[in-house]
Amino acid sequence: MTGEPLLSVADLRVVFPTRAGIVRAVNDVSLAVSPGETLGIVGESGSGKSVTAQAVLGLLPLPGRVVGGEILWRGKPFQAHGAGVRGKEIACIFQDPMQSLNPLMTIGAQLVETLRHHARLGRRAARDRAAELLAEVALSAPARRLDQYPHELSGGILQRVMLAMALACEPRLIIADEPTTALDVTIQAEILALLSRLQRERGLAILLITHDLGIVAGLCHRVAVMYAGRIVETGEVDALFARPAHPYTQGLLRATPTLEAQSERLVSIPGAPPALLVPPAGCPFRTRCPIAARPCETLPDPARTETGMVVCWRAGEAAWADIPR
Amino acid sequence: MADSAARQAPSRRSRNGTRLRAFAAELGEDVPGLIGFLVLVGIVAMAIFAPLLAPHDPAAQSVLARLAPPAWLPRGNPAHLLGTDALGRDVLSRIIWGARATLLVGVAVVLLSGTFGVIVGLVAGYVGGRTDSILMRLVDIQVSFPGILLILLIVSIVGPSLTTIVVVLALTNWMIYARIVRGTVMSVRAAPYVEAAEIVGCGPARIILRHILPNLVSPLLTVAILEFTNVVLAEAAISFLGLGVQPPATSWGLDVASGRDYVYVAWWLVTFPGLAIAITVLSINLFANWVRVTTDPREREKRFGWSKTARRLAGRS
Amino acid sequence: MTPTLTVENLSVAYEVTDRGGVWPSQRRVTALHPLSFEIAPGETLGLVGESGSGKTTAGRAILRRVDVAGGCILFQGADITRASGSRLRRLRAEMQLILQDPFTSLNPRMRIADLVGEPLTVHGRAGTRAELRGRVASLLERVGLPADSAERFPHAFSGGQLQRVGIARALALNPRLIVADEPVSALDVSVRAQVVNLMQDIQREEGLSYLFIAHDLAIVRQISHRVAILYAGRLVEIAGREAIYGRPRHPYTVALLDAVPVPDPPAQRLRQRTAPLAAPPDMGAAMQGCAYAARCPRATERCRAEEPPLAEIAPGHKTACWHPV
Repeated sequence: MTGEPLLSVADLRVVFPTRAGIVRAVNDVSLAVSPGETLGIVGESGSGKSVTAQAVLGLLPLPGRVVGGEILWRGKPFQAHGAGVRGKEIACIFQDPMQSLNPLMTIGAQLVETLRHHARLGRRAARDRAAELLAEVALSAPARRLDQYPHELSGGILQRVMLAMALACEPRLIIADEPTTALDVTIQAEILALLSRLQRERGLAILLITHDLGIVAGLCHRVAVMYAGRIVETGEVDALFARPAHPYTQGLLRATPTLEAQSERLVSIPGAPPALLVPPAGCPFRTRCPIAARPCETLPDPARTETGMVVCWRAGEAAWADIPR
Repeated sequence: MADSAARQAPSRRSRNGTRLRAFAAELGEDVPGLIGFLVLVGIVAMAIFAPLLAPHDPAAQSVLARLAPPAWLPRGNPAHLLGTDALGRDVLSRIIWGARATLLVGVAVVLLSGTFGVIVGLVAGYVGGRTDSILMRLVDIQVSFPGILLILLIVSIVGPSLTTIVVVLALTNWMIYARIVRGTVMSVRAAPYVEAAEIVGCGPARIILRHILPNLVSPLLTVAILEFTNVVLAEAAISFLGLGVQPPATSWGLDVASGRDYVYVAWWLVTFPGLAIAITVLSINLFANWVRVTTDPREREKRFGWSKTARRLAGRS
Repeated sequence: MTPTLTVENLSVAYEVTDRGGVWPSQRRVTALHPLSFEIAPGETLGLVGESGSGKTTAGRAILRRVDVAGGCILFQGADITRASGSRLRRLRAEMQLILQDPFTSLNPRMRIADLVGEPLTVHGRAGTRAELRGRVASLLERVGLPADSAERFPHAFSGGQLQRVGIARALALNPRLIVADEPVSALDVSVRAQVVNLMQDIQREEGLSYLFIAHDLAIVRQISHRVAILYAGRLVEIAGREAIYGRPRHPYTVALLDAVPVPDPPAQRLRQRTAPLAAPPDMGAAMQGCAYAARCPRATERCRAEEPPLAEIAPGHKTACWHPV
């Protein structure tokens, strides 16, 4: 992707000061999303992937605070764009659609409200547009759905409604935080296909946050792998999946079971992600890394790879015993 | 993760051998809790040793010394530190003696009604179905029946005595416990760890005692403290009507109630017994708060610095 | 050899109270249609289905946690469908359950030692205090937890460690069958592999059987010897692992397999493009014929009129479909 990025984040740091000490949830995170591009952020719980998204959206839960770095929207900080950019040009969908919808209002009323507020449409026009949007997210009988309440609809349908609501403001970027994690596999496949189609047709940029490498593989152009609040590796999706350079990325790929025949045992990464309250000095993955050595006690500088960068002293080495996958 | 856990885990020795010392050490960490505990001990000691501590006979009247203000005020009598009432009785002595009836009635009623209400609530919440409906309708009926009417009825039949008061107040105060316990039991019953315990083979008694009851400690303590105050005041009302503590015996509530008529001429008559009630309730509160925190491992963790927020963030990006 | 578990025509129905009208009315809803299968000693049967498929209900019915409407359950050859009282209690010791969310399935107020020792205590097998302590220590070692875990409370552990505690607790009574209800779906990818490997090791050493309930076909493939697919409370296909993944015959199984995101970018992009976009139909109405007919691309008149029986179409491979793939 060329041209000016829509969203660029440089050296972002987010901390949560707590009674127990300072939790460093996001450390020196830099990323950029260009128009029409899907960037995936992959990580496990506690990796800081959601906090990064929340920081971008200005929705950090208390007591979280951005203490360093900058977030630029089309080259300028948000303040320079005036109010409303975050709701209008950036839309978001979350894991649980029920939390984002008002249970006491019909789907139609909520969509119409959004449309009237952001698109300044009249009552009739807004309702027609709402039905159109529901049709666009491939909902059957959209006119009837408008009069239904959230509790009458299944999770998959609600997530489509959320998507329609996100599209209502004609955003340039959609931030999707684990959008399909709560859904059944077949429904998930439908939503993913829908996201991919919408992106192609509308030239949307998507920032996709997920723990599932399979979802990243199908939807993303570029990936950033996060671990313990840091980006450990980035790259274009094909190159990164084919030749993961960081031991963590390698381990994550091998720990993901596939549908094809493989060995009886999965490669497993020993231990658990570190507590962010007392992060280990140096490389955060050091304590679980099979090839950790002396230099790993300090944090290496990012090194260029084919299509991105990696933060590892021994990048590119095969970290895990050679088990065919 | 490993060292953090080790930090908060008490060693085996403190668990078995020197429990008392561990208790003292932990209470020492919490200053308000410690203060509450010490004041409570003091008040209980005061009630027990009333005959030794009281400077005067609480019932001794003296028309000459009536309505004397506290000793440090002009016209104050150094023999009556906190002044005297309309009949010339020593306020300090009455407070010291009154602690007996007040504490006895308050504690006994809270314990009795609490126990009964908790049992009803546990059964209703755990068994559910028809049993639950019947028990809860019983609660509804009791709640809708005017308590004071029932009290008057019973006392006028049985005749006033300390025991009657305790029983009667317990009878009119157990419903709130039943309702709270039932609600909590029903929500905890649905918790996966209760299902896990049932699968493992725990019987109903163990499920209730080990897995459900500990969750009730904190709401019950809160309610019991509020109820204690209510009971003290209710006892005052009944005594004031002449159906409770019988003169010459006294209680704080009765003192407050009978001192009310003299609020403008002798403020000390309501203030000092009232203060006694307030201090007691406050120290129970402080101590109970410490108990609540100590019995919940997650709360303990918060207290001892290893913040829950921090972990939640570490556990879920 | 007697199978560890034989299920014959097991069905479950719930009474549902409709409060829509003036008077509440009772309605009977079938959660599980007659279901039959066997699990041999040392075998793992994967039970796969989406939400509402009845997979959890099936697991609970086998453990006698929900009332059985019809059919019978044989455990090690003995009919336990009507067992109650002390006999049921003894049986419970032989059949254990591992739950999905390790954070909520362990009492937060109990120490790990008490949690793991509780099954032994309540079944009167604890012995002296020292014996119990020794037994707990060996169980903890068995699941790979450090010995000093015993004195800690659950909140000090990560999800993966807590799931190990759950496994230790289930193992305490030396059960012959463990029903594992989505045991790894709440865990991080890198930790999932650890728990799956542990479960496999334990099975190999103790020769116990698993009923592994999950929605993730990739994980099920890793651990199961045979796989059963449920749809809307009906068993639609059951076969050995290789047959299910290599040559699925029921159109629903095919759809499920196609929906799983695979961590291989070119392949996943292709799968995503071919995923169905149409929204699922409303499922509430009373159904006649095959339950899957409304979503099935191969459905014919016959499918909508007549429910297909579960028929053996290859040795050990049964499917309920008029037009198997």
